Amino acid sequence: MSTARRKPPRVGDNPLFRRLLIGIVLLLGALLILAPLIVIGVEAFRQGWKVYVATLANADTQHAIMLTVITALIAVPLNTIFGVAAAWAMTKFDFRGKRLLLIVTEIPFSVSPIVAGVAYLFVYGLQGIFGPMLDAYDVKILFALPGIVLASMFVTAPFVARELIPLMQAQGRDLEEAATSLGASGWRTFFSVTLPNVKWAMLYGVVLCNARVMGEFGAVSIVSGNIRGQTNTLPLHIELLYHDYQAAGAFASASILAVIAVFTIIAKVALEGRGAGRRVKPATILVTPETRP
Amino acid sequence: MRRNVLPGLNLSLGITLFYVGLIVVLPLAALIFKASSLGFAEYWTIVSSPRSVASYRVTALAALAATIFNLFFGLALAWVLTRYRFPGRRIIDAMVDLPFALPTAVAGISLTALFSANGWFGSVLSDIGIKVAYTPLGIMIAMCFTSLPFIVRTVQPVLEDLDPALEEAAQSLGGSDWTIFRTVILPLLAPALLAGTSLSFARSLGEFGAIIFIAGNQPMSTEITALLIFIRLEEYDYQAAAAIASVLLLTAFAMLAVTNWLQARALRYTVKG
Repeated sequence: MSTARRKPPRVGDNPLFRRLLIGIVLLLGALLILAPLIVIGVEAFRQGWKVYVATLANADTQHAIMLTVITALIAVPLNTIFGVAAAWAMTKFDFRGKRLLLIVTEIPFSVSPIVAGVAYLFVYGLQGIFGPMLDAYDVKILFALPGIVLASMFVTAPFVARELIPLMQAQGRDLEEAATSLGASGWRTFFSVTLPNVKWAMLYGVVLCNARVMGEFGAVSIVSGNIRGQTNTLPLHIELLYHDYQAAGAFASASILAVIAVFTIIAKVALEGRGAGRRVKPATILVTPETRP
Repeated sequence: MRRNVLPGLNLSLGITLFYVGLIVVLPLAALIFKASSLGFAEYWTIVSSPRSVASYRVTALAALAATIFNLFFGLALAWVLTRYRFPGRRIIDAMVDLPFALPTAVAGISLTALFSANGWFGSVLSDIGIKVAYTPLGIMIAMCFTSLPFIVRTVQPVLEDLDPALEEAAQSLGGSDWTIFRTVILPLLAPALLAGTSLSFARSLGEFGAIIFIAGNQPMSTEITALLIFIRLEEYDYQAAAAIASVLLLTAFAMLAVTNWLQARALRYTVKG
């Protein structure tokens, strides 16, 4: 593009139209996106600092925070390992059924969290496939930490994979093939050749996965049984306080998750600056039929 | 074809299949198995009961209204963010993702606080006779919030990649802005808009956390399908829960098929070889 010539006005550059459209978008954005964030802070401190601090120091709240953190510490790394393995298998190799596997991987994205929760009930619940057997051996999956972790892993299954697959597909196999032919082991090839090229995209997926795990409500509310002080994660604790007419406490707990959400967005923007997640291109379309043998 | 020399197929594919099988396929298969173990007559009685049908109606209508609103607002947002430069643009761009980052339960209580009769917006709206919280309108607003980023984020990259030469050519032929938008730009955006629309609609159909706080949850009027499933579970009516959940699941599969088809089309028509 020549810089000497002044660019001609493009469609929609009429100053009046431009200002009007920016004005409408800013107004709606402030009402629909910004206001919900601000109101959380306002409501959390409505009864002052003391109530805020007391809510967060409450044993049930503390337990809910702990449970949410533990769930994320288990679910997010497992999901990351899956995402890396799925991306390696699907971009470095050709095999039959790859497209189908990719579509199945992305299913949790379009399934209601409530449906996910019910589905887990029919696997591990007493009326489910393994429920009676698990009960006989006294293994608790539902209404306990394992169920919460499993349901969280379902809703976030595609998060890391869908960041890595388009990128690793675009980068091809030449570098890895060169490393292997020079005698590097598979692990060495992965850690010294592949990982440095995809680390920001991977982190991007991890950040989004973590936000979703910590905030998941529907699926977890079914598999956890909402046992106060035992299986209440932070989002469930918020609901409990809210319906208990402790609005200030609910908003105080919500403010923690809102702060995490804001940090998630900041991390997301920072990682986009390093080239991660630039395009919301669904991974599905990038594994084209031509890459099959 | 070259022989593939890379190692790790067995390990990586093994982990992938194990994970997908255990985490995704097994539960969904169990749900379908449970629902299909009901006889057809029994299944049909449950899924076509007046309360179930009322829940589909309110869910689908609110999702449709929210998606149409987001179609216009999302397109306007994407347009403003890619075409214009103004102070605060990058902050708005980042904030578009807030509905994805903010947990749905948090969004639910905060939207309820805004739109209830004594809230910031609710008090203004009730003065002119509009009630939002605990009505289908509230359901729609919650859906608008949670599904907004889909349309913005699918349209934005296509708008960024739009070749200015196309517009210049149309301008040199004397087309007005509106004509060029309608006949040149909109057709190029259409596949992305449709894909974003179907994602947004699918998300709205399954949304739970953001809605249950602001909806009145009254059977036959403001009870969404996801909540009806939840209620059936609390009543220990597992068969009804399985049957109604299977309806939502099959709808999700149908939406997934439509979205994939649209995305394949979008790729064919917007990306030059």
